[in-house]
Amino acid sequence: MTKPCNVPASFPEALEAGRIPMAPLQIHEPGKTPLPHAEDQVAVGVDLGTTNTLIAVARNGRPEILRDRDGQALLPSLVAYTDQGILVGKPARQALLDDPHTVVASVKRLMGRGAENIRAVAGSLPYDIEPTDENAGDRMVRLRVGGRSLTPVEISAEILRAVAARAEASLGHKVNRAVITVPAHFDDAARAATKDAAKLAKIEVLRLVNEPTAAALAYGLEKGAEGVYAVYDFGGGTFDISVLRLQMGVFQVLATGGDAQLGGDDIDHVIAEHFMQERIASLGVSTLTAGEARMALMSARLAKECLTTEVTGNWSLDAGGEQSSHDLDRPTLDRLIGPMVERTIDHCRDVMAEAGVTPKEIQGVVLVGGSTRVPLVAQRVAEFFDTEPLVDINPDEVVALGAALQAEALTVGSDQLLLDVTPLSLGIETMGGLVEKVVRRNTPVPTAQYQEFTTYQDGQTALMIHVLQGERELVDQNRSLAQFELSGIPPMTAGAARVRVTFMVDADGLLTVRAEESTTGIQQEVAVKPSYGLDDKAMAAMLRASLENAEGDMAARLLRESKVEAERIALAVDAALIADGDLLSDDERAVIDGFLIDLRSAVVADDRDTVEASAAAINDGTSEFAQRRMDRGISEALTGVALSQLSDTVDSGAKT
Amino acid sequence: MSATQIDGANGANGQVLQCWSCQGPVSLGLSFCPTCQAIQSPRQTEIFAQLGLEPTFDLDFSQLEKNYFSLQRTFHPDSFAAKSPQEQEYSLQHATNLNDALKTLKSPVLRAEYLLQFHGAAVAGGPEKTVNDEAVLVEAMETREALAEAEIPADIESILTRAGDGIRDCTTGLSAAFADGDLTAAAALTLRLTYLVKLNDEAVQRARIFSRGT
Repeated sequence: MTKPCNVPASFPEALEAGRIPMAPLQIHEPGKTPLPHAEDQVAVGVDLGTTNTLIAVARNGRPEILRDRDGQALLPSLVAYTDQGILVGKPARQALLDDPHTVVASVKRLMGRGAENIRAVAGSLPYDIEPTDENAGDRMVRLRVGGRSLTPVEISAEILRAVAARAEASLGHKVNRAVITVPAHFDDAARAATKDAAKLAKIEVLRLVNEPTAAALAYGLEKGAEGVYAVYDFGGGTFDISVLRLQMGVFQVLATGGDAQLGGDDIDHVIAEHFMQERIASLGVSTLTAGEARMALMSARLAKECLTTEVTGNWSLDAGGEQSSHDLDRPTLDRLIGPMVERTIDHCRDVMAEAGVTPKEIQGVVLVGGSTRVPLVAQRVAEFFDTEPLVDINPDEVVALGAALQAEALTVGSDQLLLDVTPLSLGIETMGGLVEKVVRRNTPVPTAQYQEFTTYQDGQTALMIHVLQGERELVDQNRSLAQFELSGIPPMTAGAARVRVTFMVDADGLLTVRAEESTTGIQQEVAVKPSYGLDDKAMAAMLRASLENAEGDMAARLLRESKVEAERIALAVDAALIADGDLLSDDERAVIDGFLIDLRSAVVADDRDTVEASAAAINDGTSEFAQRRMDRGISEALTGVALSQLSDTVDSGAKT
Repeated sequence: MSATQIDGANGANGQVLQCWSCQGPVSLGLSFCPTCQAIQSPRQTEIFAQLGLEPTFDLDFSQLEKNYFSLQRTFHPDSFAAKSPQEQEYSLQHATNLNDALKTLKSPVLRAEYLLQFHGAAVAGGPEKTVNDEAVLVEAMETREALAEAEIPADIESILTRAGDGIRDCTTGLSAAFADGDLTAAAALTLRLTYLVKLNDEAVQRARIFSRGT
């Protein structure tokens, strides 16, 4: 015997089924209720890029980039820590020339990273790295800049503050909620670091959205794109390739691939290395200071940009008081960067196979990111997909525009649906340094997957859970995210314990791990605080240091949360009164109406204590009413007018 | 307000639960309170029902996808981003269940294993992973060996063809076995299908390595 189909009945269907009398009350669809006072504070979309950062806002489905006073859309992702204060963007670029050791560039590449991940240029680091303190709570890399010791999270927060200020100037109100985009291939540590940076900048992250997905959203909504699309996103520091199906407002990521450490910066490195080799050949070996290394990278970048339109050019390097001159033409550049571009094409091939589509089935290829301006890149993409790539929307702006559209959707509501996947496999370490995958890459998120593990020694009472991210077989080849211990397992023979490890990935792509021993029910849950992340203590200290009015902000936030909750309670009581008001005498009804009036005036009065007291009062004051409603519901169910039958009726109604 | 369930009500007939938000009655099958519209915690654990389908091996995939999209539109956390933490948590649970149910239903192996459990049959090669079907065992060992020894793309091609044919046979057989209620046959076919799918995946992997020439 099978049960009738069980499509959940949402409220409007219940309404049609006549369950709820119509009333002169504004009734919202589930999930569509706007926040109180949300309309005066629009949420923004931020493309926090390696090279440039953009901020955009969407109103009534029309996204728009917010520009600075000079009309510039791009804010260079440069932060200078000078004696005069902190400079972000163009002013920091000037400081890069005057006093390069005070400036940090491409900080995004260091998000969630340890010191060992930072690449050297010809033996010289472009950053001064603080020695790592093994005993410190966090192992995130720290940079020494302008006499300060800073984490990438703090530096990114400065960039976010700068774009938020730009948006506030342009919109005329506070900006404190945003969708922030991240490379699809950002791992858990980098995503968590991005959220921490937003927290420091006093911005609530509504959602982390993958950059290629945001770009697809912009194309789908702005250009009406439908079908299977590839998004080739080659930015300043990362490469992503995503294959999506766009149909009737659903944006479904079929597969994504890429490399979080491959971008325009690497092209600059290759060119800088080439210049350095020429220089060494003519002037002999010399070591560069951090500042000189950065200047060399800047010359390399200028050469790259120039060669997008020109076929040849000449650049000079200045270091240790000696100048060298370097010619570069496009064929040489193509030869230098060829292997890198082929790596991106290899990723494209793999992702197409993962997605189960052939290049022929691809409706269009969207180009995103500044590095797609390199002629060889555009040419190879066109060859591989056998179609002229789309650049209808500016590749620099498309991600921010998509983020703004999603920010509006999350706050105001919309019909679009983004279904994304986890870019990298997640697993745990097993015996012999092997990785057992628990969540495979390209699994749609949110997801919860589990695997059972057991003890390998008699009497073993604890199990070390080592969480890893990546595709390789061996622990050492993957990225270590976190380690924790499940203890208190009763002594048993080896292999008798049953430890179920559940990986939960939320819509931001962030991981929570739960471990449970099933014979005893001992359970441990950890929000994965990445090994390279900041611990809570460090985060708290930074918040204190950075927020002059931290207390005021916290209070404002708590008030807002209380008001959201109070609003929900008031609406719930309204609905209950409409449905079951006949269970109350006139006097009882008047009392509850009084509570409602108190609650609503408390919300308007903006005082958190009053709001909470009123909410508590109405909870108490309606408990008898709730009991009567339950009694009626149960007796109806027992006396044949069964709610279950009603729900079946509603369900079959929902099916058609 | 606390998310209480009235134990008496639950125990009395199992049909009526209390809404965590307005405290009123909600019948078990509903995901939204009929009175205050608040999302409820997911109660449906049967995955075909979660996706609004009859439990069968021969799925209508276009219907599956249609239902999945429409349910995700209703439950996805993006629709609850501006809601209270409790509502966000329930939406996350619903959306997670839908994704995980879809994954199981789309895979012939997982779908067959789930149906076997659903009908109360033991899954061969389940937790113990013991293979007691000798024919399958021998076939698996032979093809594994052939794959390991493959030197030219054509060798892999022929293994892929063989795996593909086998997978087709298994799924056809499974659909007949489930239709006849022959769970013993279904269990045996599920086991063979499991190994064939694995073989196919490994062969695809090898083919990819060959085509890249590394």
